[in-house]
Amino acid sequence: MSDEPLDGSDSTDSTGRTDGIADRLRDDLAGVDGYRVALYVTILAMTAFFLTPIESGLVTAFKTNPEGISSTLPFAPPPPRFFTLEKWQTALAALGRGMVNSALYAVPATILSALLGSFAAYGLTQADWRARYKAPVLTMLVAGIFIPYQAVLVPLSQFWGAMPLQELLTPLWVLGVPEAYTGLVELTITHVAYGIPICMVLFRSYYRNVSEEMIEAARLDGATFRRTYRRIVFPISTPMFAVVLIYQFTQIWNDLLFALILVSTESSPAAPVVLILAGLGESMEGQDFALRMAGAFIAALPTLIVYIMFGEEFAEGVAT
Amino acid sequence: MRDILSSVRQRLRRAAHATRTSGDAGDGGEDDTVASDDGDPALDGAAVVTDGGTAASGDGIAERLNDRFGDDFTESAPFWLPPFLLVGLFVYGAIAWNFVISLTDYEGFIGPDYSDLDFEMYVRAANDSGVIDATVNTFLLVVAFTAVALAFGMVLAILIDRNIRFENTFRTIYLLPMSLSFVVTAQFWLWMYNYNNGVVNIVLGTAGIGPISWIGNSSLVLWAVVFALVWQFSGYTMVVYLAGLRAIPTEHYEAARVDGASTLKMYWRVILPQLKGSTISAAIVLMVFALKAFDFLYSLVSGYRPPNGADILATKMVREAYSTNNWAYASAIAIILFLMALSIIGPYLYYEYKQGNL
Repeated sequence: MSDEPLDGSDSTDSTGRTDGIADRLRDDLAGVDGYRVALYVTILAMTAFFLTPIESGLVTAFKTNPEGISSTLPFAPPPPRFFTLEKWQTALAALGRGMVNSALYAVPATILSALLGSFAAYGLTQADWRARYKAPVLTMLVAGIFIPYQAVLVPLSQFWGAMPLQELLTPLWVLGVPEAYTGLVELTITHVAYGIPICMVLFRSYYRNVSEEMIEAARLDGATFRRTYRRIVFPISTPMFAVVLIYQFTQIWNDLLFALILVSTESSPAAPVVLILAGLGESMEGQDFALRMAGAFIAALPTLIVYIMFGEEFAEGVAT
Repeated sequence: MRDILSSVRQRLRRAAHATRTSGDAGDGGEDDTVASDDGDPALDGAAVVTDGGTAASGDGIAERLNDRFGDDFTESAPFWLPPFLLVGLFVYGAIAWNFVISLTDYEGFIGPDYSDLDFEMYVRAANDSGVIDATVNTFLLVVAFTAVALAFGMVLAILIDRNIRFENTFRTIYLLPMSLSFVVTAQFWLWMYNYNNGVVNIVLGTAGIGPISWIGNSSLVLWAVVFALVWQFSGYTMVVYLAGLRAIPTEHYEAARVDGASTLKMYWRVILPQLKGSTISAAIVLMVFALKAFDFLYSLVSGYRPPNGADILATKMVREAYSTNNWAYASAIAIILFLMALSIIGPYLYYEYKQGNL
C-alpha cells in the first residue's frame, strides 16, 4: 500500500526529474554550498515549528502543577523533583469512559459511512445514467461536504428530540445499558449521514480509474449490477477502504460539535472523549496545564497511532 | 473517444439485454423520442427493448425509468438512493427546516410556532453589533488563514520537493497536526500562548519582546487563532501542493533551466501558474475548515463564553442556541453563515461541473 501516489512519485523523482544517481551525488558533493545548507536549515526550522507545541505539551504533562510549571522552561523536560506521573493517572481516570464512548460510536459510524459512500460512488460512477439527471444528484452529495454544521444544528436538535429513541431502544435498557447511551446512537447516525459525502467523493475518484473493461466484461457475462459490486468492485476497493476508514475515523473521533450538541454535558455517562477533554483541568484556582496536556495526549492517542501506522493512507485521503 | 466507447458499450448492453429477455425487441416507437432528446444519435435506431405492453407492469415502470434516466437507473438505485436520501434528509431537509425556524420567534422549550413567519430575526441580526463583529471576524479568519496556510504550505512543498534526504520523515512531521482534534490543538496552543510560562512568550522574551497576553487581548486573539490554525493545517496544503508539483512534467523544469531562469524565477514564472488547480481545491477546503473553527474556539475559552475578540459566526450561533435558547435567532445566524459558505462553494461546484468532474 505504501507504493500509492505519494511514494510512487518519489521514484519518478530519481528517474525523471534529475539524472538519477549521478545528479544526486553531484548535489551531495555540492551540498556544502550555501544554498544546500540554507535549505536544510529551513527544513529543520520548520520541523521545530511543527514539533514545538507537541514537545512542550509532552514535557509539561510530566510536571507538577503549579511548582513544576512555573519554575521550569516550557520546553525543558522536568527535573526529578518536579517530575510526576500523577497527571496522567488523573487524566486517564477522567477520560477513560470517554475513550470507550468515543469508540462505541466512532467505529460503527466509520464503517457504515464508508460502506454507504462506496455504494453511492458505485451507483453514480459505474452505472449508465443520463448525465443531466446524474449531475444534480452528484452535486448535492458533493456539496454536503462543505455545509457548515451550524446550519443544521437547530433542526438536528429538534429531530432527535422528536425521535422516540428511548422507546425504540427499550431492549437495551433491559440489558443494563444506561439510557443516556441514546446519545451515542444519535451520534452514530448523525456522523454516518454527514460522513457519506466525503466518503462518496473519495471512492468516486477511485472508481473512475477502475478499468471499465473488467466491469463491462462482468456485465456482459450476465452479472447483475449488484453482483458486479459484490464480486468485483468491492474486492478491488480494499486499498480505498483503508484510506476512507482511516480518514473517517480521524474525523469522527476528533469532532466536538455534534458530541456537544447531542450529548451536551461532559458529566453524562455517554460523554465522548473530546467533550470531557474540552473541560479538563479547568477550575476556580486556575488552569491545570499539566493535566490538560496529559489529557490531550490520551485523547489524541488513537488517531496518533492510526496516523503513525498509516501515514500514507491518511495523506492520500487528505490530498484527494 | 470516450463517447464512442460508451455508445458502443450501450449498444452491447442493449444487445445482451435483448438476447436475455424473451420480449419483443425492435418496437422503437416511444424510445426513439427519449433517445433523441438525449442528443445521442448513435442510440436512435439501435435495437431498443421495451416491454411492448406485454411484460408485467412493475417491470414496465423499471424499463420506463431506465429509458428516461439511463440504462442502469433502477439497478443502481439501491446503491445510491439510500445514501442520497440520508444526506438529503440530514443536510438539505435540515437546512430548509433551519430556514423556516429562523422565520419564527422560537425561544423556549416548547416547539417553534410556525404560524407566524417573518424576517424579524434577520433584521435583529443586521442591527446586532455582536453579529456584525462575528461576520467581520469570520471573514478575516477565513481570508487570513486561507492565504497564510496556502503560502506556507506551498513553501513547505517546494522545500520538500528539492530532493532532500529523509523526505518522508519531514513530510510526516509537517502533516502530523492535521491528525489531531481541534480540541487537542486548542489545549496545546493555550499552553503555548500562556502569559507567564508559554513557549511563545519565553522565546519572544529572549528577543526582549513581551510578555504579551495573546488570548486575553481582544485585538490579538484572532491572529493568535489564525497562527495556531496555520500550524494545524499547512501540512495539508503541503500535501496538496506536493501532489500538484509532482504532476508537472520534468521538461518544464528543464526548459526553464535551459532558458537560464534562476530557481526563484522558475518557480514564480513556470511552476506557480501550473498549481492553479491545487490552489483552488486546497483553498476551498481550508475555507470550509475555517468556517468550522468552532471546536477550536470553544476549547480555547473552555465553554460557551464568547472568545472575546475572536467571536465568529459559528461560535456566536452555537452560543445563541445552546447557551441562551435564542433558537430562532441562532437559526438566522446559521443561515447567514450558510450563505457565506455557499458563496465560496457555489462557484467552486460550478467550476467543477464545467470541468466535467460532476
